[in-house]
Order: sequence, then C-alpha cells, then structure tokens
Amino acid sequence: MTLLTHEPYSEPYVLNIGPQHPSTHGVFRIRVVMDGERIDDIEMIVGYLHRSMEKLAEERTYTQNIPFTDRADYLAGMSNNLGYCLAAEQLSGVEVPERAQYLRVIFAELQRIASHAMANGQLVSDAGALQTPLLYMWREREKVLDLFEMTCGARLTTNYMRIGGVAFDPPPEFYPAVEQLLSDLPDRIDEYHTLLIENEIFLARTKGVAPISAEDAINGSLAGPMLRASGVPWDLRKADSYGIYDRFKFEVPVGRVGDVWDRFMVRMEEVKQSASIIRQALDGMPAGAHKTDVPLALRPEPGEAYARVEGPRGELGFYLVSDGGPAPARFHIRAPSLINLSLLKQMAVGSSLPDAIVALGSVDIVVGEIDR
Amino acid sequence: MRIPLPFGMLLDTTKDAPESVPSGTRQRIVRVPVPGLRLVGAVVALVVIALSVLIGVIVVGGALDGKWYDFRDLGNTMDGLRSVLPECVLALGETCVVTGSYVGYLASAVIGGTGVLSFVGLILVLLVWSERRLLARFQVRRGPNRVGPFGLLQPLADAIKMMQKETVIPRGADRFLYYLPPVIVFIPLMLLWGAVPWAPKMTYADINVGVLYLVAVTSLTTLAIFLAGWSSNNHYALLGAMRTVAMMVSYEIPISISLLTIVLFTGSLQLTEIVRWQAEHNAWFAFLLPLPLFTFFFSSTAELNRSPNDIAEAESEIVAGYYTEYSGMKMGLYLAGELGYATATSAFVSTLFLGGWTLFGLETWIPPYVILGLKISVVYFVLVWMRATLPRFRLDQLMAFAWKYLIPLSIASVMLVALEVTLFARWDVAAIVPLVLFAIVNYVFARIAMRRWATVLGYQPELQANHPVMTSGVGGLRAAQALRQAEGAR
Repeated sequence: MTLLTHEPYSEPYVLNIGPQHPSTHGVFRIRVVMDGERIDDIEMIVGYLHRSMEKLAEERTYTQNIPFTDRADYLAGMSNNLGYCLAAEQLSGVEVPERAQYLRVIFAELQRIASHAMANGQLVSDAGALQTPLLYMWREREKVLDLFEMTCGARLTTNYMRIGGVAFDPPPEFYPAVEQLLSDLPDRIDEYHTLLIENEIFLARTKGVAPISAEDAINGSLAGPMLRASGVPWDLRKADSYGIYDRFKFEVPVGRVGDVWDRFMVRMEEVKQSASIIRQALDGMPAGAHKTDVPLALRPEPGEAYARVEGPRGELGFYLVSDGGPAPARFHIRAPSLINLSLLKQMAVGSSLPDAIVALGSVDIVVGEIDR
Repeated sequence: MRIPLPFGMLLDTTKDAPESVPSGTRQRIVRVPVPGLRLVGAVVALVVIALSVLIGVIVVGGALDGKWYDFRDLGNTMDGLRSVLPECVLALGETCVVTGSYVGYLASAVIGGTGVLSFVGLILVLLVWSERRLLARFQVRRGPNRVGPFGLLQPLADAIKMMQKETVIPRGADRFLYYLPPVIVFIPLMLLWGAVPWAPKMTYADINVGVLYLVAVTSLTTLAIFLAGWSSNNHYALLGAMRTVAMMVSYEIPISISLLTIVLFTGSLQLTEIVRWQAEHNAWFAFLLPLPLFTFFFSSTAELNRSPNDIAEAESEIVAGYYTEYSGMKMGLYLAGELGYATATSAFVSTLFLGGWTLFGLETWIPPYVILGLKISVVYFVLVWMRATLPRFRLDQLMAFAWKYLIPLSIASVMLVALEVTLFARWDVAAIVPLVLFAIVNYVFARIAMRRWATVLGYQPELQANHPVMTSGVGGLRAAQALRQAEGAR
C-alpha cells in the first residue's frame, strides 16, 4: 500500500540574507537559493557601503588621503594607515626614522590582536553562542583601543601613521598599559581555550565545515589567516619583510585542512605571535624622532608604487600612481576581504544555512573594505 | 523640589544638580540617605526575625500540625473552608441544589486559579530581570541597573515600551492565524503551572495522570509556533517553524521514555505521589537516575528552544525564527512565554528529579513552597548558565543526537530500571540498601554507556581540538605540500 498518491517533490525557494541581518557583519547581502535546509546556490551582492574612496582620493593630497584608509577597513585602521604610508614613501622616497619603524610595528600588531579578537568573537557568535565569547574577546580589544586612544585620540579611525613616520610619540602611561595587556593576554587566551576549544558543540560546529584545499586557496588568491589555515605558509611579514619585520623572531601558524576550526585556531595563534612581536619591539625600540618632516603638499616624481602589508585579513595592498601633482592620479586598494569572500560560494553551496553562516563568519569580512 | 523615593532615593527636580553628581551628566536620581530610614529598616528586620522565630517555635512544637490554619501549607485553608461551610447552601424544597462542598471547590478553584495566574505574571516580571542580570554577569557586563532599585523595574519599562510600538502585520499574512499564536503560547504555560505541587496540599490540580499531562501539555506549544511561522508569510519564520516541529517530534520520545523510568519506581503517574516517594525513601531521582535526568533536561532545552538547542530562533541564521515578523507586545509575549516555560521546566525537573517540596525532613521547618522555589531557582540558573556558555547545535546534529543517541540510551536505561524495580519489590531488606546500590549501578551505567555509545557512533575525541602547525619558513604550494608531508610522516 502506498500512502502517497504522487511523488513527493520539493521546490527551491529564495532566502534573502541581508543587507540587514545579524550575521552579515555590516551591510552585505546574500541571495540564497535553498531546498529545505540545503543551499543550492548563492549570489553575493555588495555595494551597500560604497563611498567612492578611490575616486575621492584623486582630489586630495597624499597626506589628506591617510584618513580614508582607516575608514576602508575600520577594524584594522592601523594596518591600513601603514600600508598606505609605505606606498606613499616608496613613491616619494621619504625615509622613516628608526623609532617610527618600531612604533609602526607595535601599533600594527596591536591592531592585529584587536581585529582577530573581533573576528573570532564574531565567529563564535555566528556559531550560536549568546555573545559571551564575543564579549570576553572584546575585553582585550577594548584594552587595545584604549591604547590607541591614549596615543592618537581615536579608537577606530586612528589616522596615526604619517608619510615619514607616525603622528605622535606614545605618552608615558602607554608603556605600563601595554605591559599589562601583554601580561594578561596568556591568561585570557587560556580562558578562551576552556570556553571554546574544550567545547564539544563548538568543535562539532567548526570541524570539517567549509574546507578549502591549499590548491583552491592559492587559485582563489586568498590571503592571510584564510590562506594559512588551508596549509600554505605564506605571511608577508616574513616573505616581504616590509619595514623592520626581519628583525623579529616569530612563527607562522599553518592549519591542516583549511576548515573553520583551522581558521579560528590560526587567528588564535597569531594573537600570541603578535604579542611576542610587540614585546620584542618594545625591548628594542630606540630613542629619537618619531617622524621626518615632509611637505604638506607632497609632489612625488611621476611614477607608480605598490606596497603591501600583512593585514589582519590578509594581503592589504595599496597602489598609487603619481603624475607629479599634489594628489595621486590613481589610488587603489587591494582589499583582502573582497577576495577572500569570493570563495564563499564554493564553501556554501551544498551545505546548510548554519554552516554557510559559520563559513561567512570565518572569512572575517569587513564591508567597509569590500565596498570602499 | 525634592521628592523622597523608596530605597533611600530622592528625585531631585531642581535645575542645579547636587555636588556629588559630576558636571556634564544629566543624572536626576541621586542616592541621598533619608533620615530615619535605617531605623525603620532595622525595626522591620527585627520584627520579621522575631516573627520567624515565633513561627519556628510554634511549628517545631507541633501545636499546629494537621490543622487547617497551618499557614505553611496554603492548601489547608481550602480544607478548612470546606469544613466550615454548611452541608447544603441552597436548597429547593427537599432537594439540595448547591451543596457546601460544591461551593468550597468552586471557591478553591477561583482562589487557586487566581493564584496561579498572578504567580505566572509575577515571576515573568522577575525572570526578565534576573535573566538579563545573570547573562550580564556571565558576559562581564553590568546588566540593567537604571530603572528602579537594581534595575528591578526594567521589565516594566520594557513592557511599556513594547506596548507603544507599532504592530506591523506583514503583507500576505493570514491575519487571524497571525493574531492567534501569541495568545495560544500562554495557555499551556498556565496549564503547566497549575499542576506543580508546591506543598502537601498546595496543588491547584492534583491530576492522577500528572506525568502524562505534563508530556501532553508541553507539546501544545508546537501548534502555536507552527501557526506563527506559517501565518507570517516569511521564509525565516517558516524555517524556524519547520525546525521546531521536527525537533519537538524527535525530543518528545526521549522525554517520555526518561519519565517512564520514574514511573516504574513510583508506580504512579501522580506528581504528588512521585514527590512523596522521594521523600519516603530519602532518595532523589537525580541520584538514582542520572541518565534519565540528563535526557530529560537536555530534551527540555530542545523543547524550550533554549541554548544549546535554540535552532528555532537561531539569531545568527534565521534572525528570530518563527517570531521574526512579530513586533511590539506580541513579540514581548513570545519572549515572556519562553522565560515562563523555562521556569515551568525548572519546576518539573525539581519536582520529578530533585524531590519537589521536600528537603530530607527540613520541610517541616521551612515552608515547602520556599524549598521548591529555591530548587526552581537553582535549575533555572543552570539553564541561564548554559545559555550564556554554549554555542548552538546544527539541526541535523540535533536530530541525530535525539534519534541515534538519546533514544537508544533511554530505552536501555528503562530496561535496566525495570530489572531494578523487579528486584526492589522482592528484596527483603531496608530500602536504603538496594537504592544506594541502584544509584551506583545507574551512575556507572550512565558513564560507560554514554561514552561507549558515542564511540560506536563514531565520536573520536583524539581527532578533536588540534592546534595549527607552527613554522618559520614561508612559501607557496610546494612549501604547503612539504608541510603536509612532514605532518603525515609524524
């Protein structure tokens, strides 16, 4: 006896995730074609936060463009400042004093700690924890932002680096505060380990979810923790040694299978490595000037320059073209978020909605950087 | 003008703020000690303590035991009321139309019903506050502390805010079905609280099939949730509703089977009888039946839509699940209803597994409803703790957990308990000996069976929680392959 009079059929339907959705991390939209709980197809739609940064930069002097860069990736303002200033210095041949080099390293690595805390916290939040791990990680992020505030007056949009150095020398209270942060950090990381790494549910939600092989990662031009989690030991701080990174001893964490768990753990380890770099930089920092004098309306020789730094999200590149005028003729940012995001379709199709959300969380996008 | 407020506060409406308030803040309520308030407080506290001592002396002395005015058990007042009423209240000639016992039952029904309703309303207000405060403490924040003392009036402010919000009805919604679910959600809640035994005679409805009633009524909410999801005309809501139905159907089974083990021991479905059995044998089922306790508690979190099983309203995935399209006080009703179910479940866990209103003989000294209230708070605290700590399961993982893991384990546990009960009935020794033995056997069984069955299903703890490989060299694909080979060789 058959109970059904006809063949059971299902019909795919369209689920519109975003632009306003709790886990799209900004105004980012995904059009998902679903069949029950399975994802058949996704379409990523960006552009809701477009501010025409690259075009606007052509109207402003090289120094005036620095604040744009920390508004591109608002979770890693320091790294963006650094990348832009490196490109501008390469273009104009400005020398950077020794002390400023060290300060740049310290602030870029502090920014990495803050950004990874945010990324991992959001990832756990996407996996369904009621913001407790997120708020725990924000505790450290707050400390870092406090350090930024006492040095340059801003917490997110720092505008700290300058062409030829940094804007301010840190105040005396900066050093005990950063020491305190560095000594607290191992305990805090142990806390996350007990909260998350020994947590069976978190393991079940991240292990083997959305894996990307090393070949796919390289073909997809991934960078940063995403690439390293897939097993490729690629870190611009070692490969390129921009600035003075060749003076510091640190290791590169590399994942095994490239799943969400590996991305989480790679970020976790990078926080430890950043702390070690900051300590080395603090120990080795010389006295002296923190910037060289550069004319406000810098007019580099006609030419082009591309500088790249290892941002928290990956290879953060800045391309500048000068025509001899006070403003760049062309300004372009290679945004790691946008390129890392391009593999979301491969990760999500065929999986379920919860897995796709966790995969999106593990990409760690910043929409300000994607749309610029 | 300065208006004194309770708890030593003063509403200061003068333009110039007092010196204690830093300039730049527009804080109006400042803590200013009201003279004499401490004295009043001390006197009140002394009176309360004296009264408690007096009550203790009277109760321990046994002067009131069994009398209707024994105020430890409000249920006794109903008996007293019935005993003072005449046999026939209204008579038409020879036939008695309204008997005294009828009036007594009616009065007790009205008073008890009002009691249950007002109790549910009161705890919902307290719960919103306590849940938010507790969560805040777990999350290194402060929580609501602005409205009223310790922020206690925050739920009231929330409710007023929610009532002011516009209720948006989505286009294409089934209007009648859309309005119904927030109301339906509350009916099983009231029904559940009516069956909780608070004291020997303080039960609104002492149903002789109490356990069956509990299982039946808790599954009623599925209807409301499914209606809400269906009528909203929204994919998120529909997904949430589908998930809920799938989950409820799965988790009803382990819940029922785990309750069966208790029934096997007590030989009764009546909740008061289950409590009495535990008090009689001085054995809580939590110690005797650890595996059914775990099954019941975990499955209850699934039925309650609470973390780690809150997939029906998974915020990061489907926004708010089945109530995505509800706004204003309708959404408030859902939120309050969920908290109410969480406490109702805590009450049933306390009653079924933690000895209910008994506490190893202490219930003759402490009012039984206070004991039950404390137990409910403890279980509820565990629920909030889990909510603050655990991430969420995926739907397929949750279903697999119910069907592959909980159901076989609970069936095995029922078989074991049946064997024990047979032994218990025939063993001619003091009850404490077999019970301690059974507790040990059941605990060992739970430990071994849970781990072994997980291994059979493919759980490999040694494959979990691996750390990244640390390397100092960098390179591209070839370096990646070299690393992989080195890792494989190790």
